[in-house]
Amino acid sequence: MSDDGSYFQRDRAWHPPAFTPDYKTSILRSPRFPLLSLDNTISELTGPVFGDALLGPLDNDLIRNYAKDGDPIGQRIVVYGRVLDENARAVPGALLEFWQANAGGRYRHRKETYLAAIDPNFGGCGRAITDSEGRYEFRTIKPGAYPWPNGVNDWRPAHIHFSVFGHAFAQRLITQMYFEGDPMIWQCPIVRTIPDKAAIEQLVAALDRNATLPMDALAYKFDIVLRGRRATMFENRPEGN
Amino acid sequence: MVQKLDRLKESPSQTAGPYVHIGTNPNSVEIKGVWNEDLGSRMLNTQTLGERIVLEGRVLDGSGAPLKDVLVEIWQADAQGLYPSPQEKRGKADPHFAGWGRQPVDPVTGIYHFETVKPGRVPYRDGRMMAPHVTFWLVSRGINLGLHTRLYFADEEEANAQCPVLARIEHTRRIPTLIASRSEANGLATYTFDIRLQGEGETVFFDI
Ligand SMILES: [Fe+2]
Repeated sequence: MSDDGSYFQRDRAWHPPAFTPDYKTSILRSPRFPLLSLDNTISELTGPVFGDALLGPLDNDLIRNYAKDGDPIGQRIVVYGRVLDENARAVPGALLEFWQANAGGRYRHRKETYLAAIDPNFGGCGRAITDSEGRYEFRTIKPGAYPWPNGVNDWRPAHIHFSVFGHAFAQRLITQMYFEGDPMIWQCPIVRTIPDKAAIEQLVAALDRNATLPMDALAYKFDIVLRGRRATMFENRPEGN
Repeated sequence: MVQKLDRLKESPSQTAGPYVHIGTNPNSVEIKGVWNEDLGSRMLNTQTLGERIVLEGRVLDGSGAPLKDVLVEIWQADAQGLYPSPQEKRGKADPHFAGWGRQPVDPVTGIYHFETVKPGRVPYRDGRMMAPHVTFWLVSRGINLGLHTRLYFADEEEANAQCPVLARIEHTRRIPTLIASRSEANGLATYTFDIRLQGEGETVFFDI
């Protein structure tokens, strides 16, 4: 299989639509005109790549990478998984960036107004690059749920934000990871921007007892799927044929 | 029942939220010391080839207000029209040019600012040349799936007129939404490109 093909058309019924009125901020930030479909050109088939030289030793350790005088408060967890494409093949060299609230549900950010306390030992950001089999892992504390201004009393389920770079700008993706068994998932207007229940479940990380670190940390498995490319064996026809 | 395909579904997108900068540009939100420099903050060094330019503008919502929390990423070819990517098979791009940049907007004015070089032309799928352009990708609170668009250059009228991508825009009165205006100060060109998410003059966004 050559890797010259375009990426599969994005299934926009699987993703949230732009206009989702129950998530109020989307109302004025959603384009109304149809998107212009553009079969990938070299501008979309290429993208930035990042090498391991970028990473510091604590970049994937949110327990230690901001700690000042001790460990952050909270449930210690390991998050691990693979980055795959729609052809179920590993995506090596993918940069993942993640960010999250602390154990109380508070972000370290000047615009954050939630009452829960800042944790002096927790910054809330990290990053990793997948290995040759598409694997990544990081260590952190489990984030708390938090209230947010939408309805007068809306709460986000515990979640970790992910930004992912594959091999092409067409694959660029930002999403969120949720935690198995959390009843808050199904009440969240942001989660519910995704129309399909199976699509939501794709964002729920599984508790993996076999990957826990005894007397140390629970473990959650979270695989991420990026767009995959068409095989090109029969399709190098000029346009219009 | 039929056989199962060996395909997976793409992970669905979720909004980047209001605190995206904690993860992408922590130094810009006073999270210091995790890493020294925010990724994507510098595209050039002193040896980069090509004409230095500035790209500036705002991202406006449906009421005309600039977004203060949007994150802007750009991706472009170097001055010779080559991408710094392993997928670039036509030659080797300028090793002193990143091709990719990422900036938060100014939290007061909502203006983004990139220092880059003017990109060369790259071919469309059939070999015809596209006009010089910069790909933009926008994420923020209220944007459920990152938005792709392109910046084209007002002083490339002839190339723009021949660009096979611009030619696909059926409603030709929308083409100017993709064209950045040029101004010059102290010999440095600034291209201004406002992006309108909705309403009068809504920018053309692409499904790529
Ligand atoms: Fe969040």
